[in-house]
Amino acid sequence: MTTMTTPIRPQALTPSQVPVTVDADKCIAHKGCTVCVDVCPLDVLAIDLSKGTAYMKFDECWYCMPCEKDCPTGAVHVEIPYLLR
Amino acid sequence: MNTIETEVDVLVIGGGTAGPMAAVKAKQANPALRVLLLEKANVKRSGAISMGMDGLNNAVLPGHATPEQYVREITIANDGIVNQKTVMAYAANSHAMVEELDRWGVKFEKDETGDYAVKKVHHMGSYVLPMPEGHDIKKVLYRQLKRTRVEITNRLVATRLLTHEGPNGRVVAGAMAFDCRTADFHVIRAKSVVLACGAAGRLGLPASGYLFGTYENPTNAGDGYSMAYHAGAELSGIECFQINPLIKDYNGPACAYVTGPFGGYTTNAQGQRFIECDYWSGQMMWEFYRELQGGNGPVFLKLDHLAEETISQIETILHTNERPSRGRFHAGRGTDYRERMVEMHISEIGLCSGHSASGVWVNERAQTTVRGLHSAGDMACVPHNYMLGAFVYGKLAGESSAEFCATHDFAPVDAGQVAAERARVQAPLLRANGLPPSQVEFKLRRMVNDYLQPPKVTKKMEIGLERFEAIREDLGQLQARDPHELMRALEVHAIRDCAEMAARASLFRTESRWGLYHARVDHPETNDTDWRVHAQLHKAADGRMACFKRAIEPYIVPIDATDSSAYSRLRIPEAAEA
Repeated sequence: MTTMTTPIRPQALTPSQVPVTVDADKCIAHKGCTVCVDVCPLDVLAIDLSKGTAYMKFDECWYCMPCEKDCPTGAVHVEIPYLLR
Repeated sequence: MNTIETEVDVLVIGGGTAGPMAAVKAKQANPALRVLLLEKANVKRSGAISMGMDGLNNAVLPGHATPEQYVREITIANDGIVNQKTVMAYAANSHAMVEELDRWGVKFEKDETGDYAVKKVHHMGSYVLPMPEGHDIKKVLYRQLKRTRVEITNRLVATRLLTHEGPNGRVVAGAMAFDCRTADFHVIRAKSVVLACGAAGRLGLPASGYLFGTYENPTNAGDGYSMAYHAGAELSGIECFQINPLIKDYNGPACAYVTGPFGGYTTNAQGQRFIECDYWSGQMMWEFYRELQGGNGPVFLKLDHLAEETISQIETILHTNERPSRGRFHAGRGTDYRERMVEMHISEIGLCSGHSASGVWVNERAQTTVRGLHSAGDMACVPHNYMLGAFVYGKLAGESSAEFCATHDFAPVDAGQVAAERARVQAPLLRANGLPPSQVEFKLRRMVNDYLQPPKVTKKMEIGLERFEAIREDLGQLQARDPHELMRALEVHAIRDCAEMAARASLFRTESRWGLYHARVDHPETNDTDWRVHAQLHKAADGRMACFKRAIEPYIVPIDATDSSAYSRLRIPEAAEA
């Protein structure tokens, strides 16, 4: 818990190139589709409500590919994470 | 953080391989039971076989192998430390399970006569049954879950079991979990529970440094081992680590099992074979390690000598089943099986009875030492059990759970256990500042590599324990900004428990056994006089982690002296000078 005597320790923003990309032209999240978000074992995908498309929110990927295989429009692409490539 | 209370008869935790089978079998045993399958991800694509599987590694099928032969093979492969009754329960049910999966729609390779096309990969017998179209296995399981009307909840992360001290000993009373999307806290009462949470696959840190670049599905963070431990269940063989020969950096299986029957094999940098048998065992990993240390490495999977049509067939199997992103990895590095060998490496450590022997102690009915609590799959100690073993033990666990419900009512829920767990789960969300779970996890898993990766050194493991104790203090500073990060924070708790278990169990067994899995530099010899026993681990009455010996039950399948050293002779002898 924060108290008056505990200094706030800020957290850095660590940039990361995410392995899963979504083609906005093909993604039909705005029609209510959440397939890729549903099937991800690690729950790292989310829907950007302002854009109506899916995106990778957390760089915690097993490059296992249900998101790509199960996407009904072929909008999702999985790349091997850079550190492993 | 809302608290939601539920009541079911049978609670199955983990919806990967063993879990769905347990749920279906409990429901089939008694359709009136309320059976809940609780899954951390989504049952449709969860667990080790999320994308499918390319074969059965250990099918015991009439005409190809007998249960007795299989029990003998696994007893020898696991250096004698097995409860043969549990291995026999698997072997005796193996054929019926393959037949049932076949009826459900899982496609196994068959020859022109319709018989299963079994291949030989193990050192002694033939047990490998390919599934070239094994990518549908999760769909097949899902259909059965729907058909038998098993209730399913997704995205609930179980964190602790509820227990009660009854007149006949400790009994399970249910489990607690939270929703990784909303952070709602769930208290689920149950008459019996099946733990099927997979391996502790996020223990060592992959050489790539990528936390999720693991061999196992990284959702399998050791949650089940931690829950069983805190419930007071006995664990066994934790010191018999899982270490695999994998594709370097990609960290997926090179699949010598798949390629072996086509003519592929493991070689050193000179393109020479150095092991007789590609079946994964501690002895095989020891030879792999020696080859790397001896300057003959790297080790490769060699396919470039095979015919074009064979290679195309191998590509189709390997790039569409268990790890379909493999083709993409090879393409990125310019590795074409036709021209280049596949570079391999030794993986970081994990705990997994599916591959080696570390897990929750179970009997031949999948019962743990806590009444009403069962365990199955990679986390249950039935050595070398693999996917088919998960299905068989899932079945046994489901049937035993249903039976337990028939004779037992709900055990009372201890309000103190609920309050303590709610506070532990909620704490990271309440902190305004603290340590990010990813940072603590990175450091913890790097320490696992530094101090526990075999060959095991006593002093290093002792220092490792000190570091894990220090990280226990850090857990009190974990901060989670949202329910997703809360899941990662609580996984760090489980990973830390597993790290401590791995260190303590390894220090306890003062000998070397299982090749690389438990190679102790300070105790290099195998000592059958003192250590031909199971090494057990549990939470003692004083709350501390304690190890003790458990005698091996008399073998039901005798092992003769010539056979017993079969796995110690894996290295191909140097060719004699002409």
